[in-house]
Amino acid sequence: MAEIRLHNLAHSYSRAPNGAADYAIREMNHVWAQGGAYALLGPSGCGKSTLLNIISGLLSPSHGEVQFDGKVVNQLHPEQRNIAQVFQFPVVYDTMTVFDNLAFPLRNQGMAEAKILAKVHEIAEVLELHPLLHKKARNLTADEKQKVSMGRGLVRDDVSAILFDEPLTVIDPHLKWKLRRKLKQIHEQFNITMVYVTHDQLEASTFADKIAVMYGGQIVQFGTPRELFERPSHTFVGYFIGSPGMNLIEVTACDGGVRFADTVLPLSPALNRRIAELPGKSLKVGIRPEFVHVWDGPNEDALCGEVVHLEDLGTYKILTLKLDGQLLKVRLQEDQPVPQQQVYLSFPAQWLMLYADDYLLESAEVLP
Amino acid sequence: MKVQNNKAWWLVLPVFLLVAFSAIVPMMTVVNYSVQDIFDHSTRYFVGVDWYKQVLLDTRLHDSLLRQFIYSACVLLIEIPLGIGIALCMPTKGRWSSLVLIVLAIPLLIPWNVVGTIWQIFGRADIGLMGWSLNELGIAYNYASNTRDAWVTVLIMDVWHWTSLVALLCYSGLRAIPDVYYQAARIDRASAWAVFRHIQLPKLKSVLLIAVMLRFMDSFMIYTEPFVLTGGGPGNATTFLSQTLTQMAIGQFDLGPAAAFSLVYFLIILLVSWLFYTAMTHADKTR
Repeated sequence: MAEIRLHNLAHSYSRAPNGAADYAIREMNHVWAQGGAYALLGPSGCGKSTLLNIISGLLSPSHGEVQFDGKVVNQLHPEQRNIAQVFQFPVVYDTMTVFDNLAFPLRNQGMAEAKILAKVHEIAEVLELHPLLHKKARNLTADEKQKVSMGRGLVRDDVSAILFDEPLTVIDPHLKWKLRRKLKQIHEQFNITMVYVTHDQLEASTFADKIAVMYGGQIVQFGTPRELFERPSHTFVGYFIGSPGMNLIEVTACDGGVRFADTVLPLSPALNRRIAELPGKSLKVGIRPEFVHVWDGPNEDALCGEVVHLEDLGTYKILTLKLDGQLLKVRLQEDQPVPQQQVYLSFPAQWLMLYADDYLLESAEVLP
Repeated sequence: MKVQNNKAWWLVLPVFLLVAFSAIVPMMTVVNYSVQDIFDHSTRYFVGVDWYKQVLLDTRLHDSLLRQFIYSACVLLIEIPLGIGIALCMPTKGRWSSLVLIVLAIPLLIPWNVVGTIWQIFGRADIGLMGWSLNELGIAYNYASNTRDAWVTVLIMDVWHWTSLVALLCYSGLRAIPDVYYQAARIDRASAWAVFRHIQLPKLKSVLLIAVMLRFMDSFMIYTEPFVLTGGGPGNATTFLSQTLTQMAIGQFDLGPAAAFSLVYFLIILLVSWLFYTAMTHADKTR
């Protein structure tokens, strides 16, 4: 059990990296606190697995330090780091039985057989592997094999952390949900730091207390699922989290606010001052489809858009509309009236986010 | 009504003819010889299983059969572990790996009788590098007169000639193991021996099956190399089965017993190969 700290960490697969594009992990500082359940969320190729392999020691980073409880572990091999990792595709030792597979990591650390027996049965109970314990691992189905792989990680309860690299990819959907619950229970029971890599936001938010969103080799935001939803600190988070993602509109600064085409969006004086300090940055406003306010009829505060398309998803509807040349998506509740042709809408100030070069502008933030 | 279309059988005909001429007809000729005593064109007698009885009771054949089994067992016991060992030590990338592959392939490309000649000269006490050096070092070595020396030389020659095959097969098998198995083993803190025992060896099983079968069949039928090297001597010490058979068939022109013996020989190889195959694939089916 340990707190994992990444200090100025960067990694490039090329021996002589040339600029930022050659880095799979761009310089980052991050802390995974002891006992947390974390998700590392991001699209394929954003560096999630690289980061995980650096933490476990399978990869050695090009720059920076990995610290476990303040101790630098860069030079330690995975064997010495006492860490468990579950891979995307099941890895079982074919010639062993399920029992021997689960006992394998314990035997390697020289635990007494009686204790091994108890531990293996405990984990087999949790993962419902009991009926299979004496079956040869090679005869299992893909999801049984993955359960065994996970079991080998979970059976060691003294580990610094357990890392999961998209472990449920090969699992049936209904079983996925069950196994995620199981992991959560195990986490609560043993209080081990867990880092769970996934590209599925639903998986991330059901498993984790806090989610780190990775994009282009960097962690662009680290927060609770709610924070990611309500205050995305990077346009990528806005776009990646939520369904559909955040509406993003490119804007330019103008007197008293920002504008696109003929539409002017007024901003608070504090934000206006911030914008004035940042000339030459590309500005975007973002608002989630859930937070766009739709009026029943014309209103003096409302902007007027044209309805383009309506999708009924059963419990809610997605309305696509055009506002001054920009396509926007709005989420309508089932009982809300559906506008025909013309739609009157406004952007509540508390949900309107302003981004400069893709990062959220905080009006109170002190300039770097 | 079901339409019968037997024209398709004609398409099988070429294969049927090929197999008939390459295997069935020659084999039936041997069967034919093995049950008759033939003196000339028109004088022949049907003798039933007499030749088989004679062959099975022949002590000369018993001796060479025993010698043959010991030889093949030695070949497998040396070449299979050595081949695996070499494959494990081979570099996996870079210029070195290509170089090692080429060096390993060289013995496999040399014709059998040349291999025999190479070792015959190499082992000679007067002009051969190995024979001369050993004698100079005070080790009495003469493969032409000493039974033990003859055996050791024949075995080393086979190891030199064929271990590469096992090594190359294992090398290809090892390269096919995904990296994630090694990563998982490191995470599980497996020792190098455990990685070999539980990952590499099980994953090598199918290539090892091929290696064992090929090396068994080839060594069990070995003829040219010991014939060139020792001529079967000293005495009959390195006279293996196929050499005994040749002596019988061509030297003494005993076609009847030779034919009976050939069939027995064939059945032994078939039986042992089947045993190997069954034993090595059996584990897959047990639960």
